[in-house]
Amino acid sequence: MSPARTILIVGGITLAALGMLYGLHYAAFVEHQTLDRMGSSLAQAFVHAAERNPPSARDAVDAYTSTKYDYVRQVDIHSHWIGLGMVLIVLGVAFGQVGFSGRSQIWIAVALLAGSFLFPLGVILQTVKHGAVFAWALAIFGSATVTIALAAVVWGFCARW
Amino acid sequence: MSTQLTSPHIAASFAPMSARRLLIFGGIALIAGGMLFGDIFAVFVLHQNGGQTGQALLAACEAASAGNSLAVKEIFQNVGSLLEDHGTKVDAHVHMTDAGYLALLLALLQPYVALPPKRRKLLGGLFVIGGLLLPVGIFLIHYVGVAYSPFAVIGWASVLADSAGALLIVVLLAEAYGLWRFLRRGSLGGELELPIDRTWERRALMAGGAALILLGFLYGAWYAGIDLYRHEARESQILKNMLDAAAAGKGGTVVEVASYGSLAAEKAVKIAAHSHVIEFGLLAMLLSFVQPYVYLSDRWKRGWVLTLLAGSIILPVFVLLEMNFGLVAGGIADVGGLFVIIALVGMLVGVLRYSGHLDASGATQ
Repeated sequence: MSPARTILIVGGITLAALGMLYGLHYAAFVEHQTLDRMGSSLAQAFVHAAERNPPSARDAVDAYTSTKYDYVRQVDIHSHWIGLGMVLIVLGVAFGQVGFSGRSQIWIAVALLAGSFLFPLGVILQTVKHGAVFAWALAIFGSATVTIALAAVVWGFCARW
Repeated sequence: MSTQLTSPHIAASFAPMSARRLLIFGGIALIAGGMLFGDIFAVFVLHQNGGQTGQALLAACEAASAGNSLAVKEIFQNVGSLLEDHGTKVDAHVHMTDAGYLALLLALLQPYVALPPKRRKLLGGLFVIGGLLLPVGIFLIHYVGVAYSPFAVIGWASVLADSAGALLIVVLLAEAYGLWRFLRRGSLGGELELPIDRTWERRALMAGGAALILLGFLYGAWYAGIDLYRHEARESQILKNMLDAAAAGKGGTVVEVASYGSLAAEKAVKIAAHSHVIEFGLLAMLLSFVQPYVYLSDRWKRGWVLTLLAGSIILPVFVLLEMNFGLVAGGIADVGGLFVIIALVGMLVGVLRYSGHLDASGATQ
């Protein structure tokens, strides 16, 4: 197996396993509690409105929004790591059909793997501190890296058409 | 008729009751099953569920406006149930389809998994079982609830789903161990490499699939950059406006509830377009490897490839257009999904014919 294919296949399996382990941990220990918190914040907001207490209602909406912000990103990391892992494995098996030299293939494989790991990592780090610039920049860097590398792969497939 | 059957290498790479054959059949069946479930859900449940949630939210606003906090709590229990109904069905669809993709991926990786054939076959069987039980467990969560459960928030259906998820992880780790053995010591019982050919079908699926994934990545980046934060801020603002109006006991909540529903629909269609175009791209690439085993005439094979690629574009594009053209676009999107399912079943029939011919002729012996 060529080094580029090894990087993609081993990296893809590792990423998929990581995403699954995270998903299992999340489903067993975090998700139910998070959904419960989201639901109760929203219900509480309406109860406060019924009690004619708009400031508390707005605070409850803020709590709901904050929990949902985390929830969306926590689910995203699970699906994106597994999804990107699967894409890497398929590309690894098919990489022999990409019309690039061995060295270029290695660089593309490294970019695909690095971007696939960093992009969801940047997304989950956004939950540590909402609006953190570093996490935001990491997610953009990761997604740009994986997208450019994938564009190169598409070009490589078409070049050998 | 295709002449692939005569190739002894292809026949040997698809041995009867081998791990690869099990994973290819199981994988395609899981994907087709997951997509069919998704299509049924989109047609018969999705819009109705959204409508009921909107009505419940409006009722909650009216109860808050009337100062009836007890009614608010009752309504929100119903909203929670509706959201769980929606969420578990989406999750069942996604997890069944994704388990199918992973099964096909493992079928591709069999030449590099250095484990004895019996163990690889056992792992393949366990993966297909886990891939089936996981979505079944998720689907049942809404109906079983926490009945007879010793836990406060986790019911038996969740336990089934989590156990099936754990089974998938164990199989994946075992396959990774086999791969590690292959990399360290060379092949120890791995299956034959997949046949390398450059037929039109294979190239079209490979290049088309990669292009679809790239399109999905670009659209996802666009969504995250332009829409995600705007949507989150808008949702918070709509809820606050809704509650302010309700707390003041004045009108206007109907408009806010409508805005909330419209925002939820916009988010849903954009995320669905992003995820579906990538999933279909991945599916096209995976199916490109299965083409040597599709025992159909070239004309039929090309027909299924074109049907699959057409459906893969129609569904996400028309899902997006649902915001502008409503149910007409939604209907066309469902037809796109049906195209993909039909093409998938067509290819599965081709693979079944191939294995039937192979087993009858004893070509793999």
